[in-house]
Amino acid sequence: MSFEGLPKGTGAKKASFRDAIYFWEILRGLGVTIKHLVYNIFHTAEMPTMQYPEEKRVYSDRFRGRHRLMQREDGTPRCVACQMCSTVCPADCIAIQGAEHPDSEIEKFPETFEIDLLRCVFCGLCEEACPCDAIRLDTGIYEIAADSREKFIVQKDFLLNNKEDGTY
Amino acid sequence: MNILTEMIRGWFGPDKMSDQMVLILSAVTLATLMFVVMALCALVFTWMERKVAGFIQSRYGPMRTGRWHGWAQAVADMLKILGKEDIIPAEANRFFFSFAPILVLLGSLLAWAAIPWSPNFVSADLDLGLFYIFAVSSLAIIGILMAGWASNNKWALYGAARGAAQMVSYEIPLALACIPVVMYTGSLNTSDIVIAQQGGVLNWFLFRNPFIFVAFFMYFIASIAETNRGPFDMPETESELVAGYHTEYTGMRFAFFFLSEYANLFLVSLIASMVFLGGWWSPIPGTDFAPALTFIIKGVLMVLLNMWVRWTLPRVRVDQLMYLCWKVMIPVSLTCVVGAGLWMMWRGQA
Repeated sequence: MSFEGLPKGTGAKKASFRDAIYFWEILRGLGVTIKHLVYNIFHTAEMPTMQYPEEKRVYSDRFRGRHRLMQREDGTPRCVACQMCSTVCPADCIAIQGAEHPDSEIEKFPETFEIDLLRCVFCGLCEEACPCDAIRLDTGIYEIAADSREKFIVQKDFLLNNKEDGTY
Repeated sequence: MNILTEMIRGWFGPDKMSDQMVLILSAVTLATLMFVVMALCALVFTWMERKVAGFIQSRYGPMRTGRWHGWAQAVADMLKILGKEDIIPAEANRFFFSFAPILVLLGSLLAWAAIPWSPNFVSADLDLGLFYIFAVSSLAIIGILMAGWASNNKWALYGAARGAAQMVSYEIPLALACIPVVMYTGSLNTSDIVIAQQGGVLNWFLFRNPFIFVAFFMYFIASIAETNRGPFDMPETESELVAGYHTEYTGMRFAFFFLSEYANLFLVSLIASMVFLGGWWSPIPGTDFAPALTFIIKGVLMVLLNMWVRWTLPRVRVDQLMYLCWKVMIPVSLTCVVGAGLWMMWRGQA
């Protein structure tokens, strides 16, 4: 490759007098900022900042929030403790202890059902794997906070009461 | 000239208290008053600065503390800073390290004495008022150098050296820009300078003479550099120097630096409004109902201008800063002095 004929140095043009004294460019810059200042004072609501606890971001319907366990009509968990979800879980965060169901039609039910929310990666594979649509990640809850690690390991009763509208 | 001294004299009566006692009492009262005003303006301006910066950058700034647009944020910050641990580095020079913030604050507080708030309220009505203001505000340079050196920290020392170099340099155009006004007034007394601008906006020194108009811009640029604010905040360039001369300071000692920065900001704005913008005179002749309020409003508008510039322009380099001072601003201000003098002769205003 030949560099002949290309300008030497940085290729920057010599600054004109107008640029060299900066004055007009400074005024232009001040114009931009005052425009923003005045516009934002009169259009406060248009600013992109979200006043979080009062104002919450709306996520799409496909957003995977905290898990919930579905209930049968009588309020017992729909889960049959088949261990499919805990087997497929890449984060290994689901622990199910199965027990025999009193109803002979249903083979088993989960005696304990624990999800470690600190390990969970919210991939949704448990939802995919479940043969009886017992676990869903459609609550849309993303505010998962607690003051100790133990509280992040959520139990069956807690998961059963997670409503889709976020109440529980 | 001072309504407060007269009031104190009136309350106690000439027979009950000697003149010296009245003077001492009024001096103590005025100093306390000025300090309170200074602390208050630091509180108001920190909040204002954050709101201005926020709105310029399309964000809210403080919103929580005190419900309405976080008005109490600065108060909360002050309370927090009172509770902070006071750390003096083991290798620092203890005496100078603790003395420096006081000296910096003293420099800005002393200068407030000669500010003419209204026709009958000047803390110290000095014949050399303007000269006095520039003289005592130089104390801050020693304080800054002392702070950086005593910290025994290379960033602090660099910041202090830069700050001293910058403030010493920019004091020259700052003072030179005020010379044309002093030439018109024939006095350095701050009240006299304001009184000479009576009679509406066209009698303000800013519009009396084209050279003073240029000198006003020189004053404004130099005043930004004097207060160490953006785009000339070289002493505190966080990208290079951590926090400059106050790197090692915590708690109240840091608050002193912070307080003096905002006190200086208001001080230079008040001087600008006093020297160029007609002080306590309202723009329309015959409407001087609230002289002190007019003066303060002008000062606050100048502060807002300062903030606007700060949040618009990026920081300059050290060599650019020095180039601007010695090769541009000093020649231009000197030209303004000569030009204003020639204009006075030509128009017969002398």
